[in-house]
Parts: sequence; structure tokens; C-alpha cells
Amino acid sequence: MRALERKLLRDLDRLRGQALSIGLVVASGVAIFVAALSTHDSLSENRHAYYARLRFADVFASLTRAPEPLVERLARIPGVAAVEARIVEDVSLDVEGAREPAEGRFVSLPREGAPGLNGLSLRQGRLPAPGRSDEVVVGEPFATAHRLVLGDTLVALLNGRRQRLRVVGLGMSPEYIAAMRPGAVLPDDLHFGVLWMERDALAAALDMKGGFNDVAVALAPGASRAAVLERLDVLLAPYGGRGAYGRDEQPSHRFVSDELEELRTEATLLPAIFLGVAAFLLNVVVSRLVQTERTRIGTLKALGYGDTRLALHYLEWVGATTLAGVLLGIALGAWLGKAWAEMYAGFFRFPETLYRLRPWIPLAAAAVALVAAALGTLTSVRRVARLAPAEAMRPEAPPSFRPSALEHAAVSRLASAQARMVARSLARRPLRSALSVVGVAAATGIVLAGAFWRDALGHLVDVQFSEVQREDATVTFNRPVSERAARELRHLPGVRTVEGMRAVPVALRAGSRSRRVELLGLPRDSRLHPLLDARLRRVPLPSEGVLLSERLATRLGARAGDVLRVEVLEGNRRERSVRVAGVVDEPLGFAAYMDTGALHRLLGEGPALSVALLTVDPRHERTLYARLEELPTVAGVTLKRALVDTLHETFFRVLLVFSGILTAFGSVIVVGVVYNGARLLVAEKERELASLRVLGFTRREISTVLLGELAVVLVAGIPLGLAFGYGLAALALTVMGPETMRIPLVIAPGTYAFTGVAVAVAGGLSALLVRRRLDRLDLVAVLKTRE
Amino acid sequence: MFPRMGSGSDKAVLVARGLTKVYRTGEVEVHALRGVDLDLADGELVVLLGPSGSGKSTLVNILGGLDVPTSGELTYRDHDLGRADERELTRYRREHVGFVFQFYNLIPSLTARENVALVTEISEHPLTPEEALARVGLEQRMDHFPSQLSGGEQQRVAIARAVAKRPDLLLCDEPTGALDYTTGKRVLETLSRVNTELGTTTVIITHNAAIGGMADRVLRMADGRLVSEERPARRLGPEELSW
Repeated sequence: MRALERKLLRDLDRLRGQALSIGLVVASGVAIFVAALSTHDSLSENRHAYYARLRFADVFASLTRAPEPLVERLARIPGVAAVEARIVEDVSLDVEGAREPAEGRFVSLPREGAPGLNGLSLRQGRLPAPGRSDEVVVGEPFATAHRLVLGDTLVALLNGRRQRLRVVGLGMSPEYIAAMRPGAVLPDDLHFGVLWMERDALAAALDMKGGFNDVAVALAPGASRAAVLERLDVLLAPYGGRGAYGRDEQPSHRFVSDELEELRTEATLLPAIFLGVAAFLLNVVVSRLVQTERTRIGTLKALGYGDTRLALHYLEWVGATTLAGVLLGIALGAWLGKAWAEMYAGFFRFPETLYRLRPWIPLAAAAVALVAAALGTLTSVRRVARLAPAEAMRPEAPPSFRPSALEHAAVSRLASAQARMVARSLARRPLRSALSVVGVAAATGIVLAGAFWRDALGHLVDVQFSEVQREDATVTFNRPVSERAARELRHLPGVRTVEGMRAVPVALRAGSRSRRVELLGLPRDSRLHPLLDARLRRVPLPSEGVLLSERLATRLGARAGDVLRVEVLEGNRRERSVRVAGVVDEPLGFAAYMDTGALHRLLGEGPALSVALLTVDPRHERTLYARLEELPTVAGVTLKRALVDTLHETFFRVLLVFSGILTAFGSVIVVGVVYNGARLLVAEKERELASLRVLGFTRREISTVLLGELAVVLVAGIPLGLAFGYGLAALALTVMGPETMRIPLVIAPGTYAFTGVAVAVAGGLSALLVRRRLDRLDLVAVLKTRE
Repeated sequence: MFPRMGSGSDKAVLVARGLTKVYRTGEVEVHALRGVDLDLADGELVVLLGPSGSGKSTLVNILGGLDVPTSGELTYRDHDLGRADERELTRYRREHVGFVFQFYNLIPSLTARENVALVTEISEHPLTPEEALARVGLEQRMDHFPSQLSGGEQQRVAIARAVAKRPDLLLCDEPTGALDYTTGKRVLETLSRVNTELGTTTVIITHNAAIGGMADRVLRMADGRLVSEERPARRLGPEELSW
């Protein structure tokens, strides 16, 4: 081994504490980068392969009923590569042992062979035999949630008739990677399942013989989607077409895409912060190293080592430290990514979740980390190259202190000499002090941005499910019923109050933007679904015009006073203009509200209701749900409690795990910043501290000089970091979470306190780690040598 | 066994018997002190001469409580320094000892006044920083930082800092080693004046035999032992010295 390489190894060993703490910061950043990107890559690759294998359609449309021969005309639309006509119907399900009602989506399977589009991946059992009207394939997630196995039976309310069906197979489909019931914000496998039935059998049960009510279309390469959508709408309009839409509005596809988008953001924003801090720490440590080794550098140059060789020597130190962090980060990131992908598999249903780490991801991580490290140390290394040997071999001039303006104002009035030493030391290197403060602030911000999710999600649940949705259950009717029919629900056992609503699918257009949503007609002073503003004050429902939820208004870019085009997606498919009367603040969902009467006028229909909100006496819950399921007019019942549980089990869990990771990694930064700051201070002040010891100061007394300076950095950095964390949290909210969810920026005082204390403790412990070095200070050796 | 270097009739405040010090660095043992007996009397000024590596600094560091002997006994009045722990040594230094080093060791972030105040703040009956600095002739430079002072001025601040607590023992390790002739003499004048005016027992380590002329007693060390003792007939003023 060459002598210079030996020196490198010994330097690494001598500065191992610093190298380790910096390596850990690098590792944290790399781990998040690798975990988030590899999860993103794995999920999107899984989805891509799944879509390709089972031919996921590009365009979707549902309608009331069209005769089968229409399919040929649809197939002749220019740009259409394939058409799959199906029967799709949502009905109420009765599963043995289930406490709550569930809704099933029946999808027809072709008489022979596999569907041409939106295929079925059969996981167990077989397809229903031709002509058997009592056999179904059940979606595997739903079956798992209800512990259904092959041979079990369940009861479906098909066209008002209770029909007992036998499970002959379990399956999955790319159409339902996230199985979302209509209007739902999240997939919910316990209360919503997909069932596949042979086409003739389903047609017979639903009076659909010779017809279809749903179309999936694959586009030819290069086809114009907009043109196909338009043509489809024209052809389907006479048959009650509800407007064709592309993948971007397909609920499952959209939900998965949102999540993928989030992962990509996480993969860029957070690692950038971590690597920035690592670059700063490397800068501090290497510039100190170069300073203490000045004379050695001069000597080596005098011996004939070239500028580049010596500059490289210090870069190697940086490279080795960073690379060690990168390797650890890659290992950690791969492990985390695998766990992350598995967690996603809890609500994204793929036939198999294959986690893979493609080589470009760790390579990119290494490249980015090394570049950041090199940038951080560039100035110091340039100094090595530029140092003239003769000058270098003379010791550097002693640190110079001069009275500053601040001096007269404050410092000289400080009571103790230690306090003055701390103040002047900080003031002498304002940039470094400021950057240390920024480092602590960055860490505090990350910890806070990790910790606040619990508050925000808690508040979301509170507002949505205590203030906005005051019902216990929502009953959806097959088709609009009279107000009287709705009121009659009041007489069922356990029902305390009933409130009827009219819900109708519409497309809202504002300029070029449009969304398909449910337009809800509410009574003027709804008690079970009050409309609220951001401060939870009631917003009166105007007699004309529409109120939009904040999410929807943002999505459409619409404000109060704007005029929207409303296209009704059922019945007579009217198109009207409606003025936006205002915006309501609802955390969940894309909703648009109108006065029931105004909605009836818009639809050109008489008083009719399609949804009923109920409050229920919990003691009679089960009987009530059983009775509701038997009613032929009821399509489904949704329980609020079930929705809350699902939120907690799926989406919140992912967020909270993510928040835990941020908290842990944020602490790594605190340790890195404080530990390195402390080591540096000890190195710089060794002589001063030893002098104080000789003068008779105790270890405790000299520690105050060291700890005082670190304390100032922490005390300044933490409040700044809490403010930064607030901003980071606000930023995180704009990119995280489904677009239908408005997570409020709520941070409880306790969370600020927790964050501040956690950072202070992490900082304090790192400082104490370094303080031990003061006990080993060799007084004589330090004082006998010239600096 | 070993010649005892004593002060004769005066009362000894610091008594050392059979001091040895062995440093182990890896596999090498260095015998820095090989048995030193020494009494220091109240108020005397001792100059300790000897070549590099003779053990002068080791002895002074032990006398000042910066280090402990490997064997032997050391008592300061009723304190047993031979067996003192770190805490007791710190107290001893704080209450009784003042140090002056070749390289001043001032705190760069504190002014001259504040460097002295550093000591007066933790002492029981100190001089005021202004008084201490006036004694070394620096009353005009009190609010300067070390980087604004010359080497001689810095050393005088160090002396002011060492004497401000009215130490019983002032230990100076090559106090003029880094200074030119004229400045060095000013520093010695300061030390001599402090010794006479405050009655502080003073030990000065030096290579420079000429400095012995200002001492009550001159000790010579070689190879870890005290080898000779002289008492000049007349103690010279530092201004009378020349080298």
C-alpha cells in the first residue's frame, strides 16, 4: 500500500465518528430515494405487465341498455382496436357471518373463452360452467376479507330477487387493482367486491337478454382518444349512455396513478434535503481537516506530490465516507422498498407483487450522492490544490477577534467569560454558525413533517365523520323513489332519523377542465349532511346554483360566480349551465351540492330521491341491515363506521409508517449536525479549553463553553425548524394523498413540543458524546505546542 | 540517597520527596524524573536550569498539579498532592497555583481584561483585573484582544492572569522563550516585581543560565535529577542581567 493511502485509512479511522454520522445522513437520503423509486418502479412495472397481459381497456362507457348488434358499429369507429360489451351491475350482497352489508359489482363473462379486454386472472377454481346461473367467480380480495372459499355460497339481490350463488373460482382483474365502489374515496375490500358471472346467466337474472350496459374499448396505436370518446358518446346516447371516459377517470387506474405520483415526489424532495445537509457537514469537516493539515500538505508538496494528487487524496476521504453511506442506504432502501411494496399490496391487488430493484436506481443514488458530496467539499479541496508549499508550512495566523458593533451592544455586557467566549466564537464565523442552525432547522422540519400526519388525519376524520357526515348509514336505491318511499325507512327497526337526497351522476365542465362527479340534491337545512366552510360554520344552500367541495373547485379551477356546464349522465342526458354559488370545505371526496328542488328542475323531473341518510340505534344495527338488504328497491348500504375503519387500515397506515421513517431519519440529521459541530469545536478550542483547565476551571465549567455554543445552535435552530416543518408539511399535503382527499394542515401544540424535545434530546446526546473527549484532554501536551 | 535541595531555615510550603515519573508510550518507558527531593520556601524565587529533556517541565507540571508523580510524596501545606484525584488537583490549581507558559495560551475570543477576569471570577481574594494588568504595565491595553497585542504584551497579560488570583505558587515554563531580548527582560522584571511585591513563591524554568542571577536560588537538573543548587550572594534586578 502506498504511504498516502495508508494516511487515508488512518484519517478515516481517526475521524470515524464524524465519517459515521455523515455516512448515516447520506444513507438516510439514499434509502428514501431507493425505497420510493424502486417501489414506484415495481408498482408501475407490475401494473404495466398486468395491463398488458389481461388487456386493460383504454376507454370505458356505461349505458342503460343497448342491443348487442350495436357492438359492430362501435368496433367500426376509427381508432378502435377492440370492443368488449358487458353487463355490469351493482347489487346488494348478503354474506354469511358479515356484520355489515356489502355491495357487489357483477361483471359478465363471455359465453365462451376469456374476455377480449379487462381479462380475469383466475387464482383458484374454475370459470362458471356455461348455462349455470348459480355459479360465480368472486374477487379474491373480497373473498379473503370474508374468508370465502371455493364451494361457499352467498346471496345476491339480483333485480329484486334473492339469488343464492356458489363460489366456483377466485379471481382478479386489472380493472380493480384498487376496487373502488362508486363515489368512494378509497378501496374497501370488506364492503365492496367484484363478482364474475356467465353472460347469459347474468342477462337472465337482470332482464338484459340480447343487450349490454357497459363497454370497454381498446384504442389502436396512434388513435385519437378524444375523437373516439366523442363518437362513442354519439352512438351510445340513444341507449342512455353516461358519457365515455378514458383511463385517467377510471377509479382504480386513477387511484394507483395518484399514489405512484406521490412516490415519485417523495423520491426527489426528501433525498434532496438529506444530501444537502450531508454536503454541508462534509464541507465543515473537510475544511477543518485541510486547515489542521496545512503544514502536512505543504510538506507533501515540498516532497514532490502534485496538486491534483493531494486534492484527490482529500476527495478520496469524502468519496469513501459518502460511498459507505450510499451502500448502507441502498441496502436499507431495498429492504424498506420491499416492505413498502408489500404494504401497498394490502390495498393494491396484483396477482403477484414482485419487488425489484433495477440497477439504475442505486447507481443514480450513488451518482447523486457523490456529486452532492463533491460540491460540498469543492472549495476546501481547491484550497489544497492552490496552497503554495512555503506558505503552507508556516502555521496559519491565529484567529483574530475584533470588537464588532454587536460587541458594544451586547456581548461585553454578558456576565460570565464563558458566555462571552460562546458569543464571540459564534459571531466570528457567522456563515458556519448560520449553516449549523439551518442544519438543525432542516432536521427539525423533517421530524415535524413526519410527526404531524397523526394530527392531520385525526382532524380529517373528526371533521368529515363528526361534523360533515352525521349519518350512520347511507342507503342507495336502485332507481329514484318517491319521497314517501324514502320516509318509510323511518319505520324500520333501529332507524332514528331519515333524510332523503337525490344523487345523479354528472360531468361538470369549466372551460377545458371537466370531472365526473355525483351531484347531490340536499334538503335546505340538512341535519345529517350540513355544508360547512373552513371554520366549520354552516354554508346556506342557495335556492339556485351549485356548491362545490373545495377539492372539486380547485380541480375545476372554478370560483363562486363562475358558470359551469352540467351534463347529466343518466336519463335524458340534459345539458345545462349552473352558477357556482360557493365552496364548501369537506375533507373527503369530490362533491357538488344543490337544493333538491333546484336539482329536480335541472333534471326536469318530479320529486324523487335516490339516496337516504340514516341515523341508527346501534342496538338494532344488525336487524336493520338484514331488513334493508331484503328491500327490492335498495341497491346498497354504506356504513360510516366501516369507511373510517378502512381509512385507518389502509391509507393512514401507509402514511403513518412513512411518518415514522421521516422521524427516525430526521433524528439522524440532528445527530449528524450536532455531533460534527461538537467535534469541530473541540478540535478548534482544544487549546483554549486546556488553558482554562490549567487556570483551575473544572471539567464541568469548560464544558459550558462547548455545550453553550451547541445549545445556542439548537435553541436557534429548533424554532426555525418548526416554522420550516410547517412549510414542509404544507408542501407535503399538496403532493401527498389522493386528489379527492383534502388533508388539513393541522399540527397540535403537543406535536410541536414533541418535535422540539426530540431534536433537543438527540442534539444533547450527541453533544454529550463529544463532551467525553474533554475528559481526555491532555493539558500538558496541548499547551506546550504552538498552535 | 539523593541530595536534598532545601531552603534551609525558611519554612517550606511545598515539599517533594523521592518523586519519580515514568511515561509509557507504547513499548518505550521514559524515566522523566528519577527521584527528586525539593522544598520550596514561602516567597522565594527559584530558577530551574537544565537542558532539554532533563525533566524540568515534568517537575513543574507535577508541582503545579497538572500531572501526578508515578511514585514519591508531594505535599503542599496540608494537601497531599501525591495521591490527589483529578477533582482535588483542579481545586489546588484553582486556589493556589498560577501558570505562565512559553506560548501565552490566552483565550483569543476574550480581551486582556476578560482573560484576567476569567481567573478573578473563580478566585476568593483576587486582585481586580485592572489592578493585575496595571501591575504588568498594560493599563492602556486592557480592552484589546490577544490578536491586537504584541508577543511581549500577550505574555504580560498571561502573567497578570496568573497572578490576579494572588497565587501561593507561580510556575513559569520558559516565559521568555518566544520573546526577543528587550521584551524578555520586561517580562522578567514583571515576574520579579510580582515576587517581591506580592510575596508569591515563584519557579522559573529556563535554558538561559543568565536568568539565574535574579533568583534567590538556582537549581540545575540533568537526566531526571536535581544535580546542583546555588544561592547567589546578591539577587540582581532583571535590568542588571545580560546575555
